[in-house]
Amino acid sequence: MVWSRPVHPSLLLAENSSSPGASHSGAKLIDALLPASAAGIIELLSPVPPGWGGTLLLGLLHSIEIAVGATCLGLLIGTCGAYGKLYGGPVVRDLLAVYTTVVRAVPELVLILLLYYAGTDLINQLLTAMGYQRIDISGLVAGIAVLGFVQGAYSTEVIRGAILAIPQGQIEAARAYGMSPGLLLRRITLPAMLPFAIPGLANLWLIATKDTALLAVVGFFELALATRQAAGVTKAYFTFYVAAGALYLMLSLFSNLILGRVEAWSRRGMPSVKEAR
Amino acid sequence: MASATAPALKHTAQDGAAEAIHVENLHKKFGELHVLKGVSLSARDGEVIAIIGGSGSGKSTLLRCINCLENPTSGIIRVNGEEIKLKADSHGHTIPADRRQIERIRSKLGMVFQNFNLWSHMTLIENVIEVPVHVLGVKRDEAIAQAEKLLARVGLAEKRDVYPAYLSGGQQQRAAIARALAINPRVMLFDEPTSALDPELVGEVLKVIGDLAREGRTMVLVTHEMKFAREVATHVVYLYNGLVEEEGPPEQIFGAPKSERLKQFIRNIG
Repeated sequence: MVWSRPVHPSLLLAENSSSPGASHSGAKLIDALLPASAAGIIELLSPVPPGWGGTLLLGLLHSIEIAVGATCLGLLIGTCGAYGKLYGGPVVRDLLAVYTTVVRAVPELVLILLLYYAGTDLINQLLTAMGYQRIDISGLVAGIAVLGFVQGAYSTEVIRGAILAIPQGQIEAARAYGMSPGLLLRRITLPAMLPFAIPGLANLWLIATKDTALLAVVGFFELALATRQAAGVTKAYFTFYVAAGALYLMLSLFSNLILGRVEAWSRRGMPSVKEAR
Repeated sequence: MASATAPALKHTAQDGAAEAIHVENLHKKFGELHVLKGVSLSARDGEVIAIIGGSGSGKSTLLRCINCLENPTSGIIRVNGEEIKLKADSHGHTIPADRRQIERIRSKLGMVFQNFNLWSHMTLIENVIEVPVHVLGVKRDEAIAQAEKLLARVGLAEKRDVYPAYLSGGQQQRAAIARALAINPRVMLFDEPTSALDPELVGEVLKVIGDLAREGRTMVLVTHEMKFAREVATHVVYLYNGLVEEEGPPEQIFGAPKSERLKQFIRNIG
């Protein structure tokens, strides 16, 4: 389920910022692979200083916070967006089409830089224009807002497709029994679309966990930036980047476990596809 | 056509009973397609109205207009004496003027669909209590007690915790009838309830509907089962090409049809 991605921009930046000599990193690689240095690795990764394990775990925690926040915001935007695209008037549909097209067309790194710097600047200009003090927007809030905005565009399409997959008779039956639009959404549409949406939303969640690394370029302290710091200070690049990779992998494996259960629960009314083979 | 605008229906048994459904001069257009061309219909308390007709005659559309699943293009619909308020939207389509009124009226009409349309993420008991609990505000344990009785009545007591996808079509349709009964409807609307069923499952569903008819429930029934319509209906309406071609008591419609088209329709079906 883990998506392959090109080399991450923030990692490239890390390499450039402290360009180590080829022979140096080569020596480190050998160091890292030698059993003799195993004790050194454990010391480096120890959660208590002078080990850097605590820094990495704090970065991971921040990454998870951002990913959870962004996914929740994305689901909210996605549900509203899907509803607007399916049932809204022409103006709403056009606006949403522009939103999903633009967000999905522009690289996420560019969007993050744009929304983070331009967005905070815009808010502050508005505030000063209205006579308020400039404010410092916390990295966490900005990160959640920016990634949530991006997630929302993808979620809109996933949820729209899932709603279209519901047998429309079930929605018609709910209308025929006098359900109001809000009740219909809560009791019928959302639970009925869930089994069709989970695979796509699970993808988006895993992408969100890794997109948090993009926030390293705007200086938000998450796992990628923590790794860069630890590696930069200790020069143990191999050790720390492998450790970070392992943490991302563990997060994905744990997510798969949870998502598998959620999917099984959401499909509770559906016979196994194996029986229809 | 004179019969299309025929006023009150003549029914000896139900004379004086309150009118549960009144449809007058109903038109429905889908774009250029004129499906209903001025249909009138009336159902008094205790009556069982069977709507018959060939495919494309507009019988399902007529039924679906009664609870505004299809918005009529023009005409008058009264349920329980209350006229459904309609207005034109910005595109010139007729839509309900008052959403709450429509929701209130719909919650008094128990609709049974051709394709059952049970909610697939809910067990049978959850399907049956859904509308009483969440639309009508009945207490959950009361709704469950009532739902268990209804499921027992349609012969599905032991299937209460089963999801619809694991049941046969006949069982699903019987559960859908229990769901409709759970709202204690003023009128039951059946939209070709046996058309999607295997022939050997039709009987069990017709038996349940027949029992309801005999206990005096008001029903409007769109059906292809002529024998059944003849047995249970108090009044039969034959639709042809969006108009009421002929209507009357079942003995007259099936025994002594006047219209040539109806004669031919009965010959072809029978």
